[in-house]
Amino acid sequence: MIFAIIVGAIVLLVVLVFILSYNGLVRLRNRIDNAWSQIDVQLKRRYDLIPNLVETVKGYAAHERQTLESVTQARANAINAQGPVQQAEAENVLSGALKSLFAVAEAYPDLKANQNFLSLQEELTSTEDRVAYARQFYNDSVLSYNNKLQTFPRNVIAGMFSFDKREYFEGDPEATGPVRVQF
Amino acid sequence: MYEQISKNKRKTFFLLFFFVALIAGVALAFNFLLGFGAIGVAVAIVFAIAMAWGSYFYSDRVALAASRAKPAEGPEYQRYHNLVEGLCIAAGLPKPRLYVVDDPAPNAFATGRNPKHAALAVTTGLLEKMNRVELEGVIAHELSHVKNYDILVTTVAVTAVGAIALLSDLGLRFMWFGGGDRRDRADSGNLGIILVILAFALLILAPFIALLMQFAVSRRRELLADASGVQLTRYPPGLIAALEKLKDDKAVVHHATRATAQMWIESPLERGPAGSGSEDAVDAEDGDGQKKGSWLNRAFDTHPPLDERIRILKEM
Repeated sequence: MIFAIIVGAIVLLVVLVFILSYNGLVRLRNRIDNAWSQIDVQLKRRYDLIPNLVETVKGYAAHERQTLESVTQARANAINAQGPVQQAEAENVLSGALKSLFAVAEAYPDLKANQNFLSLQEELTSTEDRVAYARQFYNDSVLSYNNKLQTFPRNVIAGMFSFDKREYFEGDPEATGPVRVQF
Repeated sequence: MYEQISKNKRKTFFLLFFFVALIAGVALAFNFLLGFGAIGVAVAIVFAIAMAWGSYFYSDRVALAASRAKPAEGPEYQRYHNLVEGLCIAAGLPKPRLYVVDDPAPNAFATGRNPKHAALAVTTGLLEKMNRVELEGVIAHELSHVKNYDILVTTVAVTAVGAIALLSDLGLRFMWFGGGDRRDRADSGNLGIILVILAFALLILAPFIALLMQFAVSRRRELLADASGVQLTRYPPGLIAALEKLKDDKAVVHHATRATAQMWIESPLERGPAGSGSEDAVDAEDGDGQKKGSWLNRAFDTHPPLDERIRILKEM
């Protein structure tokens, strides 16, 4: 009788550990997927800000057509980019184009004093931050997921239900770097 | 750093356990001295629970109101909002409600009961004096308080200290006015006398023990929030520069008292051995007349010295 109770308790404990570990892994895996989509959300936000910026600058520096067009073009390329490598490259070009746009703005005191321009500049800087932070959060999530995946007892469960190790986001340092805004 | 977080969680658990034990001890002593029996203990416990419940749901509103914080609305706070949103993405937290305290002294605090019901407040002085990177360091520190559930522990600690102080105060008052049948107990031999003395001592000392524990929790948590704040920004120089600026700034926050001191990123009260201080400092101190720089005052500090915090950050 006592023996049966002990066996029952152990079985119950094992089942409980099993359920908790499995659920924990699922939760972490979902967090990674969410973190990944968060990066896209922030990139899209950046694309959305650029037309406003171009319009504002146009009002003050209409004859800087070449710079404005290169920004618009770089944005379109980044949106249409396929695959992570091409995307990183396009993002890099876009960052460069924005950099030269802000450099051009230096020559226009009226533009620099424009409240709309200043707030767009702030928005763009913080969006760059957000892209970086979203990638950081993604990597943090991958780290804690992989840690759990490879330690006992979750590695057994992971093997049974084919939870795969996830890859870190490792961007080209140029592409992931912030836009340099010269003041 | 991850180990530091889990170690801190364990320590917090033990401290909370001590708080509960202390409350139970005070309730027992109360009962023993006054002989109210089970009803007295039940009333005390119900009262303590009611207080805990109230503070759990309303402490953030009280803290914000006590500091005269108003919601951060308008274009001048855009950078503040943007920085918080960015860091929330990094931390995987929902965005807290943001408040501003109109005060030239640079400082900030977080309050609430969990990440979903959290609020962040900064002084206008902080927004003016800090550049973007420094401000980010400070906000990351505050968000770490939210993420580590320090805001809840602070709330619990404040409530526990309040409940203990109230209970022992009540007990002592009843004793002076000759309530209860303690004399019968005291007459029942040596053991009875010793127990009465012990219970009496516990009632007197409990509030002080509780306060000391509260401050120990607070100091430890500041260091942890520095560490995990830097883990968010991945840029220690930002927070270091901010703390250096706080060190150089001698202003004190007007609407801060010892009760709310532990919430802020830097102790809002005047510090340093030059005790006498300005009128503001006396006002903020709420006239508790502590002598600065003594070991006793160090034990009552809510924050570790800024120099120590800067040194630890530089070692990371």
